[in-house]
Amino acid sequence: MTSDQNTPASATGAGRAGRGLSRRHLLFGGAAAGLGAAAAAGAGVGILTVQQSTAAVTPPVEVVPNGAETVPFYGAHQAGIAVIPQSHATHIAVDLAAGTDRASLVRMMQILTDDAARLSQGQHALADSEPELATVPARLTVTFGFGHEFVTRAAGVVPSWLRPLPAFGVDRLEDAWTGGDFLMIVAADDPLTVAHATRMLLKDTRSFGTVRWTQAGFRRAPGSEKPGTTMRNLFGQVDGTVNPHTQDTDFDQLVWSQGDPAWMAGGTSFVLRRIHMNLDKWDLLDRSGREQSVGRDLANGAPLTGINETDEPDFTAVTPIGFPVIPEFSHIRRARSDNPAERIHRRGYNYDDTPNPGSVSNSGLLFGSYQADVDKQFVPIQKRLDDLDLLNEWITPIGSAVFAIPPGCAETGFIGESLLA
Amino acid sequence: MKFRTATTITALAAAAMLTLAGCAGTTTAAETSTAAPEADSLTIQDAWVKAADSGMSAAFGTLENASDTDLVVTGVESAASTTMQLHETVENESGAMVMREKDGGFTIPAGGSFELAPGGNHLMLMDLTAPITAGTDVDFTLTLEDGSTYEFTAPAKDYTGANENYEGGDMDMDMGTGTPTDSMDMGN
Repeated sequence: MTSDQNTPASATGAGRAGRGLSRRHLLFGGAAAGLGAAAAAGAGVGILTVQQSTAAVTPPVEVVPNGAETVPFYGAHQAGIAVIPQSHATHIAVDLAAGTDRASLVRMMQILTDDAARLSQGQHALADSEPELATVPARLTVTFGFGHEFVTRAAGVVPSWLRPLPAFGVDRLEDAWTGGDFLMIVAADDPLTVAHATRMLLKDTRSFGTVRWTQAGFRRAPGSEKPGTTMRNLFGQVDGTVNPHTQDTDFDQLVWSQGDPAWMAGGTSFVLRRIHMNLDKWDLLDRSGREQSVGRDLANGAPLTGINETDEPDFTAVTPIGFPVIPEFSHIRRARSDNPAERIHRRGYNYDDTPNPGSVSNSGLLFGSYQADVDKQFVPIQKRLDDLDLLNEWITPIGSAVFAIPPGCAETGFIGESLLA
Repeated sequence: MKFRTATTITALAAAAMLTLAGCAGTTTAAETSTAAPEADSLTIQDAWVKAADSGMSAAFGTLENASDTDLVVTGVESAASTTMQLHETVENESGAMVMREKDGGFTIPAGGSFELAPGGNHLMLMDLTAPITAGTDVDFTLTLEDGSTYEFTAPAKDYTGANENYEGGDMDMDMGTGTPTDSMDMGN
């Protein structure tokens, strides 16, 4: 999905050093050489450790910045859903102004599509006051979503699931993080890129509505880990092991709408739940208790019945005294459905905001998930977790919003045209 | 969607000459249209116009000349404004940057480009006929020295810059006290 940064200069470097190593490894080696002793700090990255010996004799290789990497904007589906998650994402909900009618929505989506198309390819937007900030796309994607009110004003058929989620017992929802008529998710591997794109998009939104909330989240920085490594949340848990992968045979069916209603064909739905994580209370729990609450090993995310992260959990395994190894109340047991269609494509981000007075942390997870049908896929899972999930002792949903994500568009079109054109 | 600048070229000059020639009865259409209209060589990239409720506004973009001779844009028209002018922004005798009509039009060098940007040269809409709302497409027609014309469409964008003072003959209106949210409204 991302462009390969093969430049003549670096290709020459790779050829010179040769020895059957990939160019990417050599780039890491070059970085290690350049950093000298500081390379030891990268001990967690196996490549760096291995490369230190060769780095000493290899001339420094120019490091190719990853800021030039781009994700295609145009296509059958919107960008930013199936691509390997970027390091930073800002979710923005907009309330439409009273006078924003269907014709206004057409104008707004044409402008915003043009902005997103240009910025994602490292080109400044039209009327961009800081065009120099647009030159580092860093895999920037902008994903647009429509709330119930948006579709209503567009006089479109509202998907049956496009409404607030059912009230769950664990919810303590705050207005500040809930609802919204229009969604933009701005994601990139560079937070300055995200900030500039967000600024540009919001400048072009102000004639049509007002910001209801923004929620910014992060993962590991690019290069910190192998791309595609399952993220960890701020409880230290490996979070998202069973997420459907784009290469899975049922990914398309799980994520993309087949056209109910017709304008949604190739689109999907997005649920954003702001999950407050009580780190202070979590501190009271010992390591074994933490692993029991989830059902996974903290060190590598393996199920308590397995060795490796991706091992299938064995929910029938019992301890010598007859208790399930993976407790009935554990998160992975409760989240798992016997129905393979009841799965979702998660794209979560950590948040770590300013602590409230008298507290030292205000942290949690922006639990974002894509699924073809909210009611058939997301709601059954959340109902089971609402009924019983030991993790509920430490987590509290404080925000909730549901959006229809329209399909992508061709270069001649705009996002939302199947609803608005 | 990425806005593409839609263009139409018309050879008004050739048509006018044809009419005159027809009266004289001495030349034919084929003879009058041997030279390609200048507008054939002109394009504009990344065109946009500043959204505004009333009064003045301006359009921007990059004019490009694909020919091997200089092109001169001598005029601009749009249904969006009763009057339009080709403007430059210059420093006046008191050191302030002011915009004024560009004598002799915009010259786009052979094989080169000519930037129309806030704070610089621009296409000035002197008096809007209706509000230009964000996202609206506005049509413009540029006229070149040979009378040929080049049409393009520019989307309107919310933009709070481009607040230069106007040094406009007897209009003498100062925008210096305008607030950042004002469009190019000379009334302030």
